[in-house]
Amino acid sequence: MTIIIIDYGAGNIANVMKAIASTGLSAKLSHDPAEILSADGVVLPGVGAYGAAMSALNERQLIGPLQAYAKSGKPFLGVCLGMQLLFERSTEFGETAGLGIIPGDVVTLPQQQGYKVPQMGWNQNQVRQLNPITSTLNDTYTYFVHSFYVRTARQYIAATVDYGQIEIPSVVVNDSGNVIGAQFHPEKSGKDGLLVWQSFKEMVDDK
Amino acid sequence: MTLAKRIVPALDIKNGQVVKGVQFENLRSVGDPVTVAKAYEQAGADELVLLDITATLEERDTMMTIVNAISSVVFIPLTVGGGIRSTQDMTRLIKAGADKIFVNSAAVKQPELITKGAAIFGSQAIVGAIDVKWEPKSKFYQVYVAGGTQPTGLNAISWAKEMVALGAGELLVTSMDADGTKNGYDIDLYQQLTEAVSVPIVASGGAGKIEDFTALLTQTTVDAALAASVFHLGEIALPQLKQTLKKEGVAIRI
Repeated sequence: MTIIIIDYGAGNIANVMKAIASTGLSAKLSHDPAEILSADGVVLPGVGAYGAAMSALNERQLIGPLQAYAKSGKPFLGVCLGMQLLFERSTEFGETAGLGIIPGDVVTLPQQQGYKVPQMGWNQNQVRQLNPITSTLNDTYTYFVHSFYVRTARQYIAATVDYGQIEIPSVVVNDSGNVIGAQFHPEKSGKDGLLVWQSFKEMVDDK
Repeated sequence: MTLAKRIVPALDIKNGQVVKGVQFENLRSVGDPVTVAKAYEQAGADELVLLDITATLEERDTMMTIVNAISSVVFIPLTVGGGIRSTQDMTRLIKAGADKIFVNSAAVKQPELITKGAAIFGSQAIVGAIDVKWEPKSKFYQVYVAGGTQPTGLNAISWAKEMVALGAGELLVTSMDADGTKNGYDIDLYQQLTEAVSVPIVASGGAGKIEDFTALLTQTTVDAALAASVFHLGEIALPQLKQTLKKEGVAIRI
């Protein structure tokens, strides 16, 4: 069984590797399209700017392979910026096209009285749709660090957190249920975060 | 519902061991950092602050090893600092597994360090640390550096604003007057700070009993309460603290 973590120079993925390793999964960093397409599970991590991340994926010719992998029905988990990249576009510093795997936009978190941007800290999830990743998440707190959030249709929202007047999608899912994104950092969310990696491992095992 | 208030144990690390300074002196050891960090994560800590209080380069390497070891088994945010003088120092710690880096004395000498760090790692990863002492004669909160030994003449409230303008995404503010006294947090200081800046503030210094946390988190809008010796010495248990705060209506992750 092979789990590939997409290696495209995005932020610090050492902590993602460490969290995955703690669940007994062995994961490998790769940007080889053939290796990605034949993987049993793919994780797209990410910290930083949307445009720079899409450019890095483009330079490594990973956009096509990631879109094809998503259609294969095999488990695909996007984390934080990696979750936002699953959508059609971001309005961060002008418009940037995303991977377009799930319909929707990535927009700036608006300023609200008493609510800081970025949202940085532990927020409480409300599950909207049960799936392998949200099965353990209802009412749990997970750790967020982000200044942008996803706007998408209800059918793609599996869990949310409230931030002032805004309901932020914390977990998203595609139509066929194999592509899941987490806005929070499961590798930094304590025991409830580790359960997310455990659930992902089970998704891969079940395939 | 909104963000939970964070409870943050701090580990002062010297020669590879956790120690706690009382008024920055009389250090004594309370254990192995990885064991202590894991115990705090399991007890419900929302974040850990690791302060490197050594000065030599070899001990810096020991710190990298410790950060790497902690981040391999502890899966909550790690804020690390002490003796940071360059973006290379930041890079080494982030590669070792730190999520945020705090900068104290060096930021006073070279404020551009904050801006450079924020440009490379993002503001969310750069924490401005300030040690503060109330000056009764001149009636202002003064910034001290070098482990609280050197006054700078800087007004802490103005310096807090400047650090945010430079790119700090969070502030870690220690009241030297309160630190080690166990008489409670300096509520007035944090009320002034939260009015002055809009980034999250971690309050440090003075925690002695559960009511001190309750007072801080209900009377000010700080995001986090940091403490060390009350946790290290077992005077306050994290689960009981968090249950009590929740009962008092504070948003808390249980």
